[in-house]
Amino acid sequence: MRQGMDAEDTGGRETAGDGAGVILSVKGVTVAFGSKVILDNLDLDVRRGEVLGFVGGSGTGKSVLMRAILGLTPRRSGKIEVFGHDLDRSTAAERKMVERRWGVLFQQGALFSSLTVKQNIQVPMREHLNLSPKLMDELAMLKLELVGLPQDAAGKFPSELSGGMIKRASLARALALDPDLVFLDEPTSGLDPIGAAAFDQLIANLRETLGLTVYMVTHDLDSLHSICDRIAVLGEKRVLVIGTIDDMMKNDHPWVVSYFRGERALRRI
Amino acid sequence: MAFLEKNTPPACASESDRDVLRLKLSGDWVISTAAEAEALLDGFRKGPHQGVVLDVSAIGVLDTSGAWIIHRLQGALEFGGTRVKLCGLDEKRTVLFSELEKHHPPAFKPEKSRFSIVGMLEATGRQVVAIWHDLLAMLHIFGSLGMVLFTVLVQPKRLRGISVAVQFDRSCIGAVPIVALMSFLIGAIISQQGGFYLRQFGADLYVVDLAGILVLREIGVILTAIMVAGRSGSAFTAEIGAMRMREEVDALHVIGLSVTEVLVLPRILALMLALPILTFISDMASLVGSGLVAWIYLDIPPAAFLIRLREAITMETLMVGLVKAPFMALIVGLIACVEGLKVEGSADSLGRQTTMSVVKAIFLVIVVDGLFAIFFAAIGV
Repeated sequence: MRQGMDAEDTGGRETAGDGAGVILSVKGVTVAFGSKVILDNLDLDVRRGEVLGFVGGSGTGKSVLMRAILGLTPRRSGKIEVFGHDLDRSTAAERKMVERRWGVLFQQGALFSSLTVKQNIQVPMREHLNLSPKLMDELAMLKLELVGLPQDAAGKFPSELSGGMIKRASLARALALDPDLVFLDEPTSGLDPIGAAAFDQLIANLRETLGLTVYMVTHDLDSLHSICDRIAVLGEKRVLVIGTIDDMMKNDHPWVVSYFRGERALRRI
Repeated sequence: MAFLEKNTPPACASESDRDVLRLKLSGDWVISTAAEAEALLDGFRKGPHQGVVLDVSAIGVLDTSGAWIIHRLQGALEFGGTRVKLCGLDEKRTVLFSELEKHHPPAFKPEKSRFSIVGMLEATGRQVVAIWHDLLAMLHIFGSLGMVLFTVLVQPKRLRGISVAVQFDRSCIGAVPIVALMSFLIGAIISQQGGFYLRQFGADLYVVDLAGILVLREIGVILTAIMVAGRSGSAFTAEIGAMRMREEVDALHVIGLSVTEVLVLPRILALMLALPILTFISDMASLVGSGLVAWIYLDIPPAAFLIRLREAITMETLMVGLVKAPFMALIVGLIACVEGLKVEGSADSLGRQTTMSVVKAIFLVIVVDGLFAIFFAAIGV
C-alpha cells in the first residue's frame, strides 16, 4: 500500500525516469576521525515519501552519518546525492536550493538562544524568502500549533522551555519552509510516552498531507513500529539490514534479534 | 534536477456566474511563491456577488503556506458575510485544509517602538536598580570569598592548589609576552614624546624622571590591569557563564560544593598573584623601551640614563605601583566572576555579560587608581 502511495505523495512534483523516488542516495561513504574509521563504504537510499527509521547501537555513527549527509562532517570518500544533486559538485546557488528544501531537527534542538520561539521559526523564512511580516507571523503561529505548542510559547526564549517543548519548537523551525525532506535526530527521546505518541502521529500526519520524506534516527521502538515504512540498522560500519519492521522481526543477525526481539522489545507486546 | 524544478507562479482567474464569482486558482501555491500568492489574493474584491467559489483543482503543488493563504481569504470573505465554497479538493488536500481549520493564529500586530519620556525614565530607573543589585551581588561574592579564605586558612588542604596553578599559568605566564611588548612600546612613546618637548628647554635629561616616575607609579600598573581585564577577566566571565548555561554551576551546588571555593577563589587568588608580577615585568619593559629611545633619539647613553634614574626614583616609587596591583586584580577578578554568574540561558546574555565585565573592570580600575592617588597624596608619598 505504501508503494502505491509513493507515486501520489509527490503531489504533482512527479519525478521522471530512472531511480524515480530516490530522494537521498548515499554511495560508498567513508568517514573516519584520525585512524578510527566510523563508517566504511556505506550505501543507503531513501525513497520519496517514506519514513525511514535509522537504528544502531550507541556510538555506531548514526549521528555522524546524518552530519555527513548534511555536509557538517567531512568524509573521506563517497558520493551523496540529495534531490538528485551531488552536493560536492553543486554551485552555491544549487546548494542553497537544496538547503531550502530540507529541514533538520538536531538532537539537542539547537534553537537560537537569543531569539524567541517565533523568531526562531521565522529565521529560515526571513533569510530565504521575501514574505510580508503579517504572513510570516501567521505561518510561524501555524507551524507552532501544528507541532502541538501552545500559542503563548511563541514569545518565550529557548532557555524558558522544557525539553519536550524545545524538540517541538525545533521541529517547527525545521518545517518552516515546508521542506520535502526532514532529518530528525532522536525526536522522541526525552518525551513522555503520550508526547512521543503525539509526535509520531504528527510526523505521520505531515507525511500524509505534505508528502514529507522523513529520515529519522531513533531508538523508540514504538515509533519504529507505528510510523516507519522502512528501518535501516547501522552496525559494523555499514548498513547491516534495511527493510520493513516485519523483515526486522525475521532477521537473525544477533544485534537485530536482541534489539527487536530482546526482552525490552517483547515486553511491550 | 528532477526534484528541484522551478515552481510555476500562482495565478487566479475569475469568472462571473450570475451572482456567484468563480475563482479558478492555478500554478504552484508553495512557500517560495507565497509572496506572489499573497499579493494576488490581497488585491481581491468580490464586488457585488453573493457567493464565491474557490476552485483549487488546477493547482499544481500546494503546501501549508499556500493553503493558508487560500484559507485566510476564505475566512475573511466568510467573516464579511459571503458564502464561500471550496471545490476541487482531492483527499489529501481535504486533510490539509481541515488541519488548517483547527488553527487560529492571533491577529497580526505589527511591533511598534515609540519614543516616550516615560519609557526613558523607566529605563533609567531600571538601570539604577540594576546597579544596586550589582553592588549587592559583588558584596555577596566578596563576603563568601572572605568566608572561603578563612576556611582555607584554617584548613589549608581545602585550597585547590592545582586549580590556582592552572589559572596562574593562563593569566600570568601566558600574558607575559604581550604585556612586555605593550609596555616596551608605551615606555618608548613616553620617552619620545616627552623628549621632544623637553628638548626645547634643553632639559633632555629630565625625560628619565618623567618616564621613571610616570611608568612606575601609574602607567605600568594601570595598563597591565587593563590588559588583564581584557584578557583574563573576559575569559573568567565566559568560562563561568558557559558553565551557567550548561547547568554545570547547578551541578556543583547539588554535589555540595561551594561555587566560590571551586570557581571564584582559585581564579581571584591566581590573578592577585599574577598582577604584581606582570606589573613588575611591565615596569621593566617600559624602562627598557624608554631607555632605548632616549639613547637613539636624545643621545642619552644607557649609563647616563641609569645614573639619572637612580637619582630620580626610589624603591618607594616602584612599591607605590606594585602595591596597587593586588587590589586591581581583586576588582577585575570579582567583577568577572559576578558577571559570569549573572549569565542566563542565551548566547546573547553571555556576550552581554562578557562585555559588561570588561567595561566595568576597566572603569573601576581607573577609579580605584584615582582613589589611590588621593590616598598617597594625603599620606605624603
